[in-house]
Amino acid sequence: MRTLHLPIGEEDLRSLRAFDTVSFSGTLYVGRDQVHQRLVRLLEEGKPLPVELAGQAIYYMGPSPPLPGMVMGSCGPTTSARMDPFTPQLLGKGLKVLIGKGPRSQAVQDALKKEKAVYVQAFGGCGALYAKTIVSVETVAFEDLGPEALLRLEVRDFPAIVAIDSHGGSVF
Amino acid sequence: MSLAKRIEKALIDAARILPEPIHKRIEWARGEEERLDGKSAGSKASIAVLDAIVENLRVSGNEWIPMCQDTGMFDVFVDVGRSCPLSHAEIEEAILKGCEEGAKNGYFRPSVVEEPLFGRKNTKTNMPPIIWWNLVEGRNVEISILLKGFGSENTSATRMMNPTATEEQIVAAVAEVVTIAGGKPCPPIFLGIGLGGTMERAAYLSKRALLREVGVPHGEERYAKLEEKILAGVQATGVGSGGLGGRITALNVAIEHEPTHIAGLPMGVSINCWADRIAHILWEG
Repeated sequence: MRTLHLPIGEEDLRSLRAFDTVSFSGTLYVGRDQVHQRLVRLLEEGKPLPVELAGQAIYYMGPSPPLPGMVMGSCGPTTSARMDPFTPQLLGKGLKVLIGKGPRSQAVQDALKKEKAVYVQAFGGCGALYAKTIVSVETVAFEDLGPEALLRLEVRDFPAIVAIDSHGGSVF
Repeated sequence: MSLAKRIEKALIDAARILPEPIHKRIEWARGEEERLDGKSAGSKASIAVLDAIVENLRVSGNEWIPMCQDTGMFDVFVDVGRSCPLSHAEIEEAILKGCEEGAKNGYFRPSVVEEPLFGRKNTKTNMPPIIWWNLVEGRNVEISILLKGFGSENTSATRMMNPTATEEQIVAAVAEVVTIAGGKPCPPIFLGIGLGGTMERAAYLSKRALLREVGVPHGEERYAKLEEKILAGVQATGVGSGGLGGRITALNVAIEHEPTHIAGLPMGVSINCWADRIAHILWEG
């Protein structure tokens, strides 16, 4: 198990290989279907994004409500493939770490290699486990989307497996 | 306790605790993964996934957090006895109230939108549920509610097979659906297979098949054997836990079948994630 800080450093990122088990601490953004569609729409209209993506990590997730005394409810990964049509454009803006579950399209695999970014798989269905890793949460944009809003999280000891590395290596 | 209250409680529990036979099946999968391989990168990753699942279930049970953030859409199957003293309207009212209160008091994620294409506005209550009515003998009402997550639902399928299809062709068609699904539905998966009827009836039967207790084979030997063959065919896909490669892809296969037309063999394949969450409520009349 490798312990890594987010946002990830260039050297750490390049050293990751498919099947490596990792544990992340630091900052990551949360966005899924509607957030992806909106971000790409903003890019296509030449408008600024509500967050700077360069060097950042994004987690495909939509949480359940927090129980009293918790900062976040259940929060495991959602299926990454639904984000595939939008992902190459976001990688083009410098996104470096994608976190979700399941396979990616050829276009995403190619873009990961070209932009030197990684795709990491979180443990699907393990939302309670991930709830324990969330230190703080902040809504950054698109609050109207409810459980699908764009969030910024601080995490500690967030476990995952490298699925596609920046050299083209893949578990799939 | 009122029927509505019983439904509410069963839903809240189902989102946090899996029945013992499912825990046993997950343990079995880990053992088999070790026994059959346990050394390749894919198999080791599969074992890491299974270990994370066990730890997740410990946390969700102890800390009362839903095991998965996708608390699903309520897919409700109601078997009403023909001599049941409750009216359909009374049962419906209890289901609607139980689902709404269960979602609220169980801290379920609002996962339902009021219309599928234009705007997709969230109903914020997880309402409405999908309700399927079925008449049976007796005075009781038996309600089974799938908390149907959509990572797995999106990979489910129907196939209109030829009436001359062989068992091998059925196995191959299911294995193909599972292969296309890959890691999307959170394997290891549960498979419900519906054979016969019409296109929508086969899909319905495949969901009903998921309701059967895990580990209980089909009552007819030839179908019980087919369940075993499909399970073997699905394990051979090599999808593995988390879709990371491995020897165990499915935890259980259950089939339901019904009469069909001379020209066809409709097949529904319902995939459920390892978090096979079902609330069962028996009301005795």
